[in-house]
Amino acid sequence: MRFKMLLGGGLVAAVLLLGALPALAQEGDTTVDVTVVEAELVERFTGTAADIAQTVILDNIFIFIAGVLVFFMQAGFALLAVGLTRAKNSANMMMKSLMDAALGVLVFGLVGWGLAYPGFVGGWFGFAGWGVPGLMDRLPDLSALGPDFYPLSVSTDFFFQAAFAATAATIVAGAVAERTKFVSYLIYTVLITGLIYPVVVSWKWGGGWLDERGFVDFAGSGLVHLTGGIAALMGAIILGPRIGKFGADGKPRAIPAHSIPLALTGVMILFIGFFGFNPGSALKADMSVPVIAVLTLFAACAGATGALISSWVLLKKPDVSMAGNGLLAGLVSICAVVDTVDVVPALIIGFVAGIVVVPAALLLERAFKVDDPVGAVAVHAVSGFWGLIAAGLFTIDEGLFEGGGTELLVTQVLGALAIIAWVAVTTGILFGGMKAIGILRVSPAEELEGLDLSEHGAPGYSDDVLAGMGEELLVSTKG
Amino acid sequence: MATIVTAIIRPHSLDTVKDALKAAGVTGITITEAKGFGRQGGHTETYRGSEYTVEFLPKIKLEAIVPDDDAASVAQTIADAARTGNIGDGKIWTLPVGSLLRIRTGELGDEAV
Repeated sequence: MRFKMLLGGGLVAAVLLLGALPALAQEGDTTVDVTVVEAELVERFTGTAADIAQTVILDNIFIFIAGVLVFFMQAGFALLAVGLTRAKNSANMMMKSLMDAALGVLVFGLVGWGLAYPGFVGGWFGFAGWGVPGLMDRLPDLSALGPDFYPLSVSTDFFFQAAFAATAATIVAGAVAERTKFVSYLIYTVLITGLIYPVVVSWKWGGGWLDERGFVDFAGSGLVHLTGGIAALMGAIILGPRIGKFGADGKPRAIPAHSIPLALTGVMILFIGFFGFNPGSALKADMSVPVIAVLTLFAACAGATGALISSWVLLKKPDVSMAGNGLLAGLVSICAVVDTVDVVPALIIGFVAGIVVVPAALLLERAFKVDDPVGAVAVHAVSGFWGLIAAGLFTIDEGLFEGGGTELLVTQVLGALAIIAWVAVTTGILFGGMKAIGILRVSPAEELEGLDLSEHGAPGYSDDVLAGMGEELLVSTKG
Repeated sequence: MATIVTAIIRPHSLDTVKDALKAAGVTGITITEAKGFGRQGGHTETYRGSEYTVEFLPKIKLEAIVPDDDAASVAQTIADAARTGNIGDGKIWTLPVGSLLRIRTGELGDEAV
């Protein structure tokens, strides 16, 4: 039969055909039982061996592409952070963003993977061993073939999860910008991707105690963003503010961005990256993906609009970088529940995150005297926390406002507090320890000169107007 | 011999001034992006909720070397083209040129203007 043949051709073909079903039915030459199609779509691993193979391949290739999008977020974070800081630290900022991904992936592969997926049920801390067992196997574990079959090969899974580990690591870069020693940033990278982040992941995605309690965090409002945000907060507190950030009267002073266009390009790249981050977290290529993508889109747009309004009201002008923070706040906040939420709650979650991100950033600076040059704490810690709480309120059938009572909300609060406690204590020891032995922060002279020269020996931007026009005059042959 | 006319003008006045000078027969000018303050002072800007003062405002420094007899009229041409009537329009001054040499031809003095 024509339809059967197409279904064998792959899930995508079946999905496309689903839209054409009414037309086909009217033609009368093909009878299709819609319930059969529905069953095939829901029960994804049924049919012939060829059908199953197609589904598995589609799942793996989709998650690979989603992982590429999540890795692309590195560019977004880098541009956002470099744009919102000063030109004299631009090479250092880009270098930190590059190396937290490069070193982070290696460390996550070496030790993080075994901690994140220790194979326990309900545990707090476990270690499956070094490295990534089964990484070179081309096929997923076929022993569990059936309706609940997990279709991803280890390499697909690792690629996607390593991108997330790199994301958690790089969140901190902006908050500690313009004053952290490069070597201490590398040490931090090793610890967050090798211990701090993987343990949090094991609690939920690794099947640990939070997962057993029914904790909801679909794509990582808590596991990724709250973790990165709290690490950012601890780093910014323990480092102290940049020289000149607070006047003698204690009032915060502006240290203006050197390139708003770079920063907002970064925001827009992150916007795109989140369409790998959230839809990819389905860990399969099924028909939930476009819905998750649209809800992600709505939350982001509502977040930018919320921050636009609150910055306009609170600051008298629609602040550009705050609106960028608002878009990200919407994206971060919707991660937790984007697979099990309705349209209006998704809009509310993003909008509230956007409204809140502006006063949160101002409060951190004005009341607590914490210098976070890019707003990472407000975006990732505050919106990540809100995302977890929002899941307790709006999860379909389980949330407080969806007729589910307070049980889930309590679990969400518990999970959020546990993540905050673990990350605050571990990063507190980490940053505090490095401060105690004097390797956390560059010297005041180095800070004033800029980290490009003091840490890396060359500026991010050559400021010589003749560069490239008279090189023979400019390049010395010293040494 | 020759006089150098130096003017500090608003950046957005440059096109008008340049066109006026060309129309008046001035054969060449040199401009520099400059910053400074005068009676206009600086202005305040806002970044992420904190106000800050920009003390030095962007200006264009324009220089033209002209025959002594033309100096006053060139200065007047610049002034007419650059005037908005608001504070911050800039200033014009002249100085005698001690010596002048056209690099390509080696011409000296008046011939090099």
